[in-house]
Amino acid sequence: MAKTKEKLIKDGKRNDDRLPGQLRPIEMKLDIVDRANGSSSVKFGNTYVIASVFGPRSLFPRHLQESSTGILRCRYNMTPFSVDERKGAGPSRRSIEISKVVRLAIEPALFLEDFPKATVDAYIETLQADGSTRVTGINALSLALADAGIQMKDLVSACSVGKIDGQIAVDLNGLEDNNSEADIAFAMMPGKDKITLLQMDGTLTKDELKQALDLARTFCKQIYKLQKKTLKEKYRGV
Amino acid sequence: MQDEYALELIQKGKRIDERKFEEFRNIEIKQGIIQTAEGSADVKLGKTEVIAGVKLEVGEPFPDTPDEGMLVVNAEFSPAAAPEFESGPPGEDAIELARVVDRGIRESKCIELEKLCIKPKEKVWCVFVDIQIINHRGNLLDASALASLTALLNAKMPKLEEDEIIRGDFEKPLPVVFKPINITVSKVGDKYLLDPTLEEEHILDSKLAVAVRDDDKICSLQKQGSKELEMKDVEKMVEIAIKKSKEIRKLIK
Repeated sequence: MAKTKEKLIKDGKRNDDRLPGQLRPIEMKLDIVDRANGSSSVKFGNTYVIASVFGPRSLFPRHLQESSTGILRCRYNMTPFSVDERKGAGPSRRSIEISKVVRLAIEPALFLEDFPKATVDAYIETLQADGSTRVTGINALSLALADAGIQMKDLVSACSVGKIDGQIAVDLNGLEDNNSEADIAFAMMPGKDKITLLQMDGTLTKDELKQALDLARTFCKQIYKLQKKTLKEKYRGV
Repeated sequence: MQDEYALELIQKGKRIDERKFEEFRNIEIKQGIIQTAEGSADVKLGKTEVIAGVKLEVGEPFPDTPDEGMLVVNAEFSPAAAPEFESGPPGEDAIELARVVDRGIRESKCIELEKLCIKPKEKVWCVFVDIQIINHRGNLLDASALASLTALLNAKMPKLEEDEIIRGDFEKPLPVVFKPINITVSKVGDKYLLDPTLEEEHILDSKLAVAVRDDDKICSLQKQGSKELEMKDVEKMVEIAIKKSKEIRKLIK
């Protein structure tokens, strides 16, 4: 997704016809990987990720084990065909950092001390990238963990917000992400109003930041409702 | 437990999911599912699911084929797909799978690589086929080969302007002229079977992967598994593969 000199907001509409305060169409599914303990796929517009969770399971080599608590391991990955210019296989520095912040965004929601010496392994695969992949991944992972029956203090919901053409907007697509004046990745436990991920690139005034974070919180609560609906639907027929 | 049960059933002439020995699970093919790829396909064999994406880039040709495009096939056994897959560089199974899929495509002359030359010795199209395992319930190789072929059939060539790729603007389809189908025939005791489930894969003696072209020519073979095969096994297995390949080829566009 290249740089553009075109205006990103024309007549109040974004390049994909959205209002600044509007999410892309969202699709959430469970049970994508049948041998995982839990799995999901989430689409935010053209951004498409799957997440799967294995465990709690034994952790080897043994020196990685913690005697008093379990651990969470996360791996965020992009498939080579998920971007315009083919991405070489293997983790990039970007993926390694994202894997870490995703772990830290999810960890506060878990009761890791309930399974000492064990690990929960969580994987995010980006199949198609059009901006906001890490937050889409966090939404998917949170669903997959719940689907795996792992006890959680709350679901984690995430979205991106940013400043494009001088306006604060939610859920940036790839073009907006690359041309934004600022972008923020944000995750929270909406039921507890606790923030678990906050990253920002670019520049914002204090007031703009406040406005952006308020917008992020509002939309995380919407996403939270969709996540709960998705989980409830699975058990409706049971 | 399930594995032993699968074996017991096979010895009695039955299968764990009640299929016939030469019957595949339900095959589902969806093409064009990844918009960031020039071609893509999602293939399901029962619960086994594989996505292949084709990316086209401009690169320098190999010195020994200065006027031909290049083909690169890779497979990722993502730890997201199965509990036994691990993070890290591709292991021997992923490498073998990618190489067998590559041979089927390359040796069948499926893609007209000579049409992918832009400027001899300098610039040619590189066709990258990336295989992503989504769910592993057995027979990854046949699923991956089918996903790769259907992704290639789905692929479009991006427009070039002064040798720069214009993404999202397409000129014509990728020149694909043959449809090689990989059929892996498994042997258990004195029985041959197709499209094994994961349980069946755990107990089979040996396998022969056979890629068959539209004109029934064999374009690649790979023996797998720990037990040996006799000549009559090979003959029978190739015969089964040729027969089945025709049936599967009818499913693809």
